[in-house]
Amino acid sequence: MKVSEYVKAKSLNEAYDLLRENKKNYIIAGGAWMKLSVKTADKLVSLDGLGLDQIVLKDGFIEIGALSTLGQIETNETIKKLLDGILVQATGNIMGVNIRNIATIGGSVMGKFSFSDIYPVLEVLDTKLVFHKHGEVELLDFLNNTKFEKDILVKIKIRNQKGKGFFKKVATTPLDFSIINVACSYVENRLKITVGSTPYIAKPCIKAMEYINGVKEITSEVIDKCSSIVLEEVKFSKNIRGSKEYREEIAKVYVTRGIKQVINYEG
Amino acid sequence: MKVKITVNNQEKIFECTPSDYLLDTLRDNNYVSVRRGCDTTNCGVCTVLMNGKPVPSCSVLTVQADGKNITTVEGIQEEAEKLGKYFGAEGADQCGYCNPSLALTVYAMKKELVNPTVKEVKKYLVGNLCRCTGYISQERAIMKYLGDKS
Repeated sequence: MKVSEYVKAKSLNEAYDLLRENKKNYIIAGGAWMKLSVKTADKLVSLDGLGLDQIVLKDGFIEIGALSTLGQIETNETIKKLLDGILVQATGNIMGVNIRNIATIGGSVMGKFSFSDIYPVLEVLDTKLVFHKHGEVELLDFLNNTKFEKDILVKIKIRNQKGKGFFKKVATTPLDFSIINVACSYVENRLKITVGSTPYIAKPCIKAMEYINGVKEITSEVIDKCSSIVLEEVKFSKNIRGSKEYREEIAKVYVTRGIKQVINYEG
Repeated sequence: MKVKITVNNQEKIFECTPSDYLLDTLRDNNYVSVRRGCDTTNCGVCTVLMNGKPVPSCSVLTVQADGKNITTVEGIQEEAEKLGKYFGAEGADQCGYCNPSLALTVYAMKKELVNPTVKEVKKYLVGNLCRCTGYISQERAIMKYLGDKS
């Protein structure tokens, strides 16, 4: 990315105004992948110094400032305990520690990366995004709308729940993007399942969740049927990392394992 | 534009453009132990410590480092020499191109992790690629270095 001017905003209002004044003005998060962008920025607006790099527990929610690095998340003691540490598992296996010390949760969310390991986990947690102008927004609303792209993500709120969690990233090497990733959670007798990097961005498996949360008893047959529903409702395709068929096979295996793990299935 | 960066405990003023990356600024100012590798945020050979944390200097804008502390391998000379002796003894030194970045990352890891296991060490160093050693000799050298409490 070519940058004409770098501006360190003194307030969120100033940053917001700069972002809206010109289509070629951008907010910089960690900047981890900026080098690979072919865009030209008239103004690159930094939020450094606005206190957006804090992780706090408040009113039953873990509030993660948008500029918190993946490294901060990975080492946070509260997040380590959240649903078997699924968010730590997801962030802690993205590239190397040096990248994770600059890549931010805000950049990861706003990028809507299809290969994201963070989205599947955020979707099985109770996650809300807090924007400067739009205020609190459900994660799925953000995913399904483009109107938030010219707003500033301030923080991510995750309900500090007790329950079980599962996350699996399948990749050729630790430095590669996922071929597939699967997340499951089990909180207050409700199962959530998401499959991502299909190679499309992760989406909750609504039909599969409705099915499995509607049965009286979760048996081996129910889990098998649930995994089959996941394959029917999730759109799989091929890219350089894997074929459609491979992704389907792997997704079925890890959805099955994920469900069994979070419900402590011993059948 | 001018930025003020503390490099190896010395305050420096660097002239740069908003598009300049820290790797280029450091190398242009004779910090040539900071190596250029893939230049695409992958290999880790350009790693420096920013406020004590390993970061890829190829992907940090120089302006992002304004007001921060940067450490290159010259800033941890004593520890780097100590690690280097273990590298030599274990045959972990070959072309040596990745050694400065690896030394910095190991140094940061030693401060961050208490008595790390081999698995934890491997996970921490996954972003530092070496195309010579195959990592086994490095692993031996690093574990012995970490065990050396002298």
